Amino acid sequence: MASVSIESINKNYGQMSVLRGVSLSVADGEFLTLLGPSGCGKSTLLRILAGLEMQDAGSISIGEQVVDGLRPKRRDVAMVFQSYALYPHMTVASNMALPLRMRRFSAFQRLPVLGRLLPGTARIASEIDMEVTRTANALGIGHLLARKPGQLSGGQRQRVAVGRAMVRHPAVFLMDEPLSNLDAKLRVQMRTEIKELHQRLGVTFVYVTHDQAEAMTLSDRVAVMLDGELLQVAPPQDIYADPDDRRVAEFIGSPKINMLDGVLREHGLLDVAGSALRVDADALAGTHLTLAIRPEAFHLAHQGGQGALTGSVRMIEHMGSDLFVHLDLAGINHPLLARLLAERAPHIAPGQTLHVGVRPDRVLLFTRDGRRLRRQAESGYASVTPIRETGR
Amino acid sequence: MSAPVALSGSSGEPPATTRVRIPASRTATPGQRQAFAEALAAWTLAGPALFFLLALYLLPVIAVVLIALTDWQLGGRSLTFVGLTNFREVFADEGFRASLLNTIVYVLVVVPSTLMLGLLIALLIESGRSCRAFYRAIHFLPFMATLTAMAIAWETLLHPTIGPVNQALAAIGLPTANWLRDESTALPVLAIIGVWQNLGYAMVLYLAGLKGIPQDLYDAADVDGADLWLDRLRTVTLPMLGPISMFVVIVVALRALESFDAVKLLTQGGPGHASEVLLYTLYRESFEYLRTGYGAAVAVVFLAIVLTLTVIQVRVLDRKVHYQ
Repeated sequence: MASVSIESINKNYGQMSVLRGVSLSVADGEFLTLLGPSGCGKSTLLRILAGLEMQDAGSISIGEQVVDGLRPKRRDVAMVFQSYALYPHMTVASNMALPLRMRRFSAFQRLPVLGRLLPGTARIASEIDMEVTRTANALGIGHLLARKPGQLSGGQRQRVAVGRAMVRHPAVFLMDEPLSNLDAKLRVQMRTEIKELHQRLGVTFVYVTHDQAEAMTLSDRVAVMLDGELLQVAPPQDIYADPDDRRVAEFIGSPKINMLDGVLREHGLLDVAGSALRVDADALAGTHLTLAIRPEAFHLAHQGGQGALTGSVRMIEHMGSDLFVHLDLAGINHPLLARLLAERAPHIAPGQTLHVGVRPDRVLLFTRDGRRLRRQAESGYASVTPIRETGR
Repeated sequence: MSAPVALSGSSGEPPATTRVRIPASRTATPGQRQAFAEALAAWTLAGPALFFLLALYLLPVIAVVLIALTDWQLGGRSLTFVGLTNFREVFADEGFRASLLNTIVYVLVVVPSTLMLGLLIALLIESGRSCRAFYRAIHFLPFMATLTAMAIAWETLLHPTIGPVNQALAAIGLPTANWLRDESTALPVLAIIGVWQNLGYAMVLYLAGLKGIPQDLYDAADVDGADLWLDRLRTVTLPMLGPISMFVVIVVALRALESFDAVKLLTQGGPGHASEVLLYTLYRESFEYLRTGYGAAVAVVFLAIVLTLTVIQVRVLDRKVHYQ
């Protein structure tokens, strides 16, 4: 077990800068997810952690040891790859045994025929066999040991890849989008298994994904990355409800958060789309701000006026318990999406004029350059906002 | 099998109207008509290919097998069926046995050497950064060039008195030889030329194979601790090149079996039978001595060897190297 500390990592590919001053620390036993769209540098950061690539600047330590310049095998990390990267010519047992063979056997003992005759080889080999079998049984793939990867299903291959990483008890588990090659149903199942695995092993996990559902469900903390920068590192509920940056708010959440431009009229009142909303903001009157409101933060209001937005219904999507109502607001060219409880909003029809209200504490305010504008007096209110399951 | 009976039983008493509309002629149902049209289209489309397949491949093979069973001579007006006499004669002939043995030795030397050198050069080119295209091109050149032209260069190189090889050897005090006229060196020299000629082909295929190995596997090997050159080679590179290697083995083996031009141009199978190979024997018996029946028997033996190789490829190796 070990903590991981990443300090001011920079990485360039030629002219292109893929990581810019990324600093991050992962506590011992923590499950940390690097979340971001493809091309944001999250996989590169993981590969630098593993030692598969070298950073141009900055430093990495695992446990107490600075590992810069150490080869992957000296770092006590194990990695699960997106493609699983199983050796196709080896059986499941040999695949899982390889990391142990490479560490415990000398170069001579690994020789094809001669190695078996050397003293100690047989004893070590049977130890390795035992450990492989134990790990395989723990993962429920004990019956597959004699098969080759080509004969396995996606989920089984995934387990073998995890088994190969697990078998030598690394200090840190690195996972690079391990679920993205599975179908939707299996992905949810394996997500649970990875979570259980983490709880059982109690070691540090660094997990890379572009899927926010995985990040939100698995992690102790989520690190949101965009364009080579770390935007926010926080527990999943804070990432969702209390984003530091406009880009985080936009990236997290499905359906997407509503973004509206407004001007602060006077203290606590904001002009937006022909209405006035009450907000918690300490800023000068006349300041241009961006409001971000989650679709489920809206509730049906009986009348327009202060604290409510008014628009005409463009489209309704029935989702069972909820309705997704698309509203056209005056002066806003993209529709507003409100997620309303179906039982409270039974009579909505397209073309109708609708008023939706929103509590001041559910409105996230961002300055024009994308930074979050929090009320100075209290900044923790948003994190206690009850989190609703976001539909995916 | 009761269902069809029941069906035909029920259709045995069709409604009267049906009987009126379709008289007892051979009018086909729409389904039958469509099936016929499809079959016609299929034969029409496959026909030309089938014709050429028969005319160019299968019939000549059958003809050769039949000729091998006769005493026919090229241009002869009569022939007699002689059964397996030709084959008995072929296997009793010391010249043929030497030729068969030479061919086997030649293949056994050329194929592994080509494979290993081809892979080595491919690995070297792949690991370097500069002049890749240049190295690829010069190694591939012998495969592209006409051996007939290249043979002149080899003959000059190996010339006993004016050849650079002997001059170089003499200059550093090593013994020289009459490479192409000496019983002990003729076949080895031909084998070296064979390797030289096929090397580029193996190299190009291996280069393609190396490009196809996923980087993830090397990364996994790195993390698993197999990060030294030999470990990487054994864990990832060689196994992943299995399918390519099998293809290279088969193709180079066939090319080695078929080697003829270098023998014809440089040694004419001599001295004695020292460098005679199957295809050269076949050529000489059929077209110089005009013993067509005998030549056909040699061809059948040759065909049997090639077929065996192909069967081994399909049945055994194919399954082993694709890791299914």
